Amino acid sequence: MEKQDILKTVNAVFIDTLDNEDIVLSYDTTANDVEDWDSLNHIQLVVAIEKQFKIRFTSHEIQSWKNVGEMIDCIQTKV
Amino acid sequence: MKVFSQLKKNLKQDFSLLKQIKVALLGDTATQFLNQALRGTGYDYGFDLQIWEADFNQIERQVFDTASELYAFNPDIVIIFRSAHKLVTTHSKLNPAQYVTLANTELDLIESLVNTLNAQLKAQVIYFNYSEIDDGVFGSYANKTEASFLFQLRKLNFELMTLAAKMSGLYICDLSSIQNRVGKTVMFQPSIYINSEMVLSIDALPEIAARNLDIIAAINGKFKKCLVLDLDNTLWGGIIGDDGIEKIQLGTLGIGKAFTEFQYWIKKLKNRGIILAVCSKNTEAIAKEPFENHPDMVLHLDDIAVFVANWENKVDNIRYIQQVLNIGFDSMVFLDDNPFERNIVREGIPELTVPELPEDPAEYLEYLYSLNLFETVSFSEADAARTAQYQNQAKMLQVQQTFNNEDDFLKSLDMKSLVEPFNKFNTPRVSQLSQRSNQFNLRTVRYTEQDIEAILNDENYFTFAFTLEDKFGDNGLICMIILKKDAQETLFIDTWLMSCRVLKRGMEAFVLNTIVDFARSNGYGWLKGEYLPTAKNEMVKDHYQNLGFQQKAGYWLLDVNGYQHKTCFIIPK
Repeated sequence: MEKQDILKTVNAVFIDTLDNEDIVLSYDTTANDVEDWDSLNHIQLVVAIEKQFKIRFTSHEIQSWKNVGEMIDCIQTKV
Repeated sequence: MKVFSQLKKNLKQDFSLLKQIKVALLGDTATQFLNQALRGTGYDYGFDLQIWEADFNQIERQVFDTASELYAFNPDIVIIFRSAHKLVTTHSKLNPAQYVTLANTELDLIESLVNTLNAQLKAQVIYFNYSEIDDGVFGSYANKTEASFLFQLRKLNFELMTLAAKMSGLYICDLSSIQNRVGKTVMFQPSIYINSEMVLSIDALPEIAARNLDIIAAINGKFKKCLVLDLDNTLWGGIIGDDGIEKIQLGTLGIGKAFTEFQYWIKKLKNRGIILAVCSKNTEAIAKEPFENHPDMVLHLDDIAVFVANWENKVDNIRYIQQVLNIGFDSMVFLDDNPFERNIVREGIPELTVPELPEDPAEYLEYLYSLNLFETVSFSEADAARTAQYQNQAKMLQVQQTFNNEDDFLKSLDMKSLVEPFNKFNTPRVSQLSQRSNQFNLRTVRYTEQDIEAILNDENYFTFAFTLEDKFGDNGLICMIILKKDAQETLFIDTWLMSCRVLKRGMEAFVLNTIVDFARSNGYGWLKGEYLPTAKNEMVKDHYQNLGFQQKAGYWLLDVNGYQHKTCFIIPK
């Protein structure tokens, strides 16, 4: 799967999970850039992304990403 | 069932018209998502749950320190969730010689938590039991080894039931049962637990929240009382009118086992006090034939309180059943195999619960188990007699039509009433009546058994429980009065409620005569009543006015000494 496609799908998951139509993610986006992306909602996002791509992250991966790009790299290794 | 993200969207809805309930949530793991799931589910149940969430792992401090935020919040419901994962840690840290003591030590702590809460608050406690963890340390031999974690966990779950059976203010949220159904992989996600201290997976939360809301709704008087059943392909396989009694599938014939087991389940509901009614498109005599003559029928005609079989539409027929039983549509469940009929009924009576029965009758039971439709917060032996009472009610309606004169009819009933203060024998029924009665209920105060016990020990309260029997049978305990000393000369009617089964029998007059006599002989000059309107009690809006009370400053007053006994045809027993 192309990174660009993964980004699009992840973006849609963010919009649905955080209930915010205005979210536009890029590879450089960090949690600080997105309203409501706190540690609690991070968990909900992780679970929603896992479900969307039918993958599982390891405990280490869940807390390792510095930005959306790293998250997408991680997803790409699994799909 | 909604998923968690949908429940979360509920949080943005307008809660302002919903009934507020204050809930304290205490956990030994992170409970933020549980909090959101509870409030979101509460919205769909019609409640505005005001949830105060204790800081993480503060259960003992909040409960045992009576100056804590918990007591300042003064909740109606306290939910305590101590997780199996923390229990493993507790077990692991014990000296091996102490392993066998885990369950008992925990039980002592739980009992002491609940006792402290009950002593300080007028709140009901919901305690989560433990989802099973088999740590594999002993293999299957754990079942033979008291020191194993599995042995201690199961012992704890079992003893929790015993504890809940004896403590009226304690309800168990059966997490173990939920895990049994959804499976451990759905219930628990290790990576999330390690990262967040959350032990309940996002996928399991809606289910868990719903089970809590079922209990909270039942505590607040919202629960199912009646099951309305279709016949063909619902209670038996095939169509009685076409196939005939020898060909419908029941017992060993065809897939009859599915229907027979289904009927056994329905019979148990009936024995528990759920009223059964039949609503079928059939010719009545043909529809009744299996009940009378089929050897494999589990349900018989005397199990059915109201039997309606005709060719009219089901919406009208269910309305008729509702009128005979005199209960709310929201306390009724309708089961029908036909999706078309279900949709018509759903559209015609939106308050009714109409489960989407699976196409395959083999699936009926597992599906219905999963819905947890019949939550309750009380059970008394009188419940089992309910069907007979409703059948008597239907018979009486027929007899009444043969009398031209109301008084002659009432006289002919030979009514007797036993009047007693509340006591330990009638407390369960009294508490239950206060939770079930919505229509003939002047102030709609709900009392738990524990509340009733407190009233018994308070000398400012005087209580009366009334039974009513007539020539058709015993209606059991059908009316309760709680009087409270208000001022020197005045008794306030804290509670006046009555089962709608005994309307128009002169019971109101009998009750008023009784409490006026009590007031007089104890030196009180006034009775003071109050009507608090709800969505359901409009029936008693003019109750006090009709009985001769005078309105004053929002209350209704009756001069006891000027009172003339009202005529009624009920004799004290």
